[in-house]
Amino acid sequence: MTIEGNVWKFGDDVDTDLILPARFLNLSDPAELAKGCFLNLRPDFIGRVQRGDVIAGGSNFGCGSSREHAPLAIREAGVGAIVAKSFARIFYRNAFNIGLPLLESEAAAEGLREGDRVSVDLATGVIENKTSGKCWRANPIPPFMRELIQAGGLVESIRMKTHGARG
Amino acid sequence: MGMTITEKILADHAGVSAVRPGDLVQVRVDAAFSHDVTAPLALETFHRIGVPRVYDREKVILVADHFVPNKDIQTAQQVKKMREFAREQGLLHFYEGGETGICHVLLPEKGLVLPGQVIIGADSHTCTHGALGAFSTGVGSTDLAAVMATGEIWLKVPGTIRFEYTGTLPEWVQGKDLILHTLGRIGVEGALYRAMEFAGPVITALPMHQRFTMANMAVEGGAKNGIMEVDGVTRAWLDERTSGPYRVFRSDPDAGYESVVTIPVDGLTPQVACPSSPANVMPVSDVGPVPIDQVFIGSCTNGWLEDLRCAASLLEGRKAAPGLRLVVIPGSPRIYRKALEEGILATLLDAGAVIGPPCCGPCLGGHMGLLAEGERAVSTTNRNFIGRMGHPKSEVYLANPAVAAASAVLGRVAGPAELF
Repeated sequence: MTIEGNVWKFGDDVDTDLILPARFLNLSDPAELAKGCFLNLRPDFIGRVQRGDVIAGGSNFGCGSSREHAPLAIREAGVGAIVAKSFARIFYRNAFNIGLPLLESEAAAEGLREGDRVSVDLATGVIENKTSGKCWRANPIPPFMRELIQAGGLVESIRMKTHGARG
Repeated sequence: MGMTITEKILADHAGVSAVRPGDLVQVRVDAAFSHDVTAPLALETFHRIGVPRVYDREKVILVADHFVPNKDIQTAQQVKKMREFAREQGLLHFYEGGETGICHVLLPEKGLVLPGQVIIGADSHTCTHGALGAFSTGVGSTDLAAVMATGEIWLKVPGTIRFEYTGTLPEWVQGKDLILHTLGRIGVEGALYRAMEFAGPVITALPMHQRFTMANMAVEGGAKNGIMEVDGVTRAWLDERTSGPYRVFRSDPDAGYESVVTIPVDGLTPQVACPSSPANVMPVSDVGPVPIDQVFIGSCTNGWLEDLRCAASLLEGRKAAPGLRLVVIPGSPRIYRKALEEGILATLLDAGAVIGPPCCGPCLGGHMGLLAEGERAVSTTNRNFIGRMGHPKSEVYLANPAVAAASAVLGRVAGPAELF
């Protein structure tokens, strides 16, 4: 399972208020949530992000609130994966639960630059910078968590197992 | 090797004799709750899972506390979804209107969370309840929906960092200052994925509300949970509020801690977390005379009766500075009533305060008292991220209620000692 897109570079401690300001929390439609994604931090993000793009974050990405609206907004905006030095705990669970893959790699998060073309292979953990030619290896995503991503999240994965089909 | 409280509770709820940090365990959940921000997503997800009933209608709890009384049509719709779900499932605990308060204040007061339990909440500050000697952690809406359906959750057993506070607390230094000082030392990911166990003679002497304040902000250090041992203070607090039976777990003397951090408190002064990180902490005297536009006293961190009492003791016979907005929000209806009966609210009103109904208020920038561009606030809350309380170009200074009250009087960031 490979994701390829352009890099959006962020710093350390990107918190859930920066990912999605609270004024969007009276909504639960993912398409509406996406409109608020990074609005306070990078107002240009939503107009320019393309399906499959990759976020390169610093340490403690997604810290703060437990709002699942945050990873939902990122996923719905089109982001295919996030590579960061480290992730906040609740954000990590939430992202996989809603089908947004995360990879931890200090070197890759450091080495990726804004606008670079990158491909991310979830099964091997290989992160390849197609612009600079550099390559890094994060811990691969284990099969059961790739299943979550492939199914589109935890619920869909449970449903596929129990009902045999997506509903 | 022995186990920590966190490990013992998780082992017990997983039905195994022992666990070690890093073990993945499936545990029984004693209380699962959600509020008006996270419940709508969780309920939608619960329906998609396709289970007809929640696992236990006494243990699944819904509290409307973020945008109440409903601030607009969308939030009214959100609370309506909760109300309908509670009715259709026959939930015993759904709180709104005059019965509601901040979930992390209301649930302990009602005895719905107790020592020894595993508590899962769809809110990051669920770590608050660890002050009662419970394992309590925040999750997202999907995880919560799965708990509502199954009564269980998988968890990785966290390693524990033990924080031992020694010495005697100086005047005006409170639990809030201890946790801010600790966050300043370890940073916002200093306890990432870990349990923070708060202990030592200072904690033993700390009143219950200040213990809640400390456990509340464990997540600001990245922790999975904060926890404290049950003692006489815990028991007395619970005895006044609930008759529910509970179980007490203690850390073994030979428990395997990841590290032990000793924090001497003699000489500590009130602390302030400056914009825009809860770990950007310094003594209030080092902040400088930063002019402010608003003071907020309340939230799951400092919305307790004693917090209001502390602020009122300093505001008695004084006034909030001209042009400064002082917003006070009691954490629960019980606290509101007691503050009314004790005359605390009258004192605060005389000082120029606006008193809001029990709810999260402006803490997360959603409702009642947001900041405009360029404005600054001193707030007794837990987060001062960019744009947290309103406009992205507003700023928040986190402090204890005494600092908040003194700052309100002087119109700038100030310590209580400056009032005398």
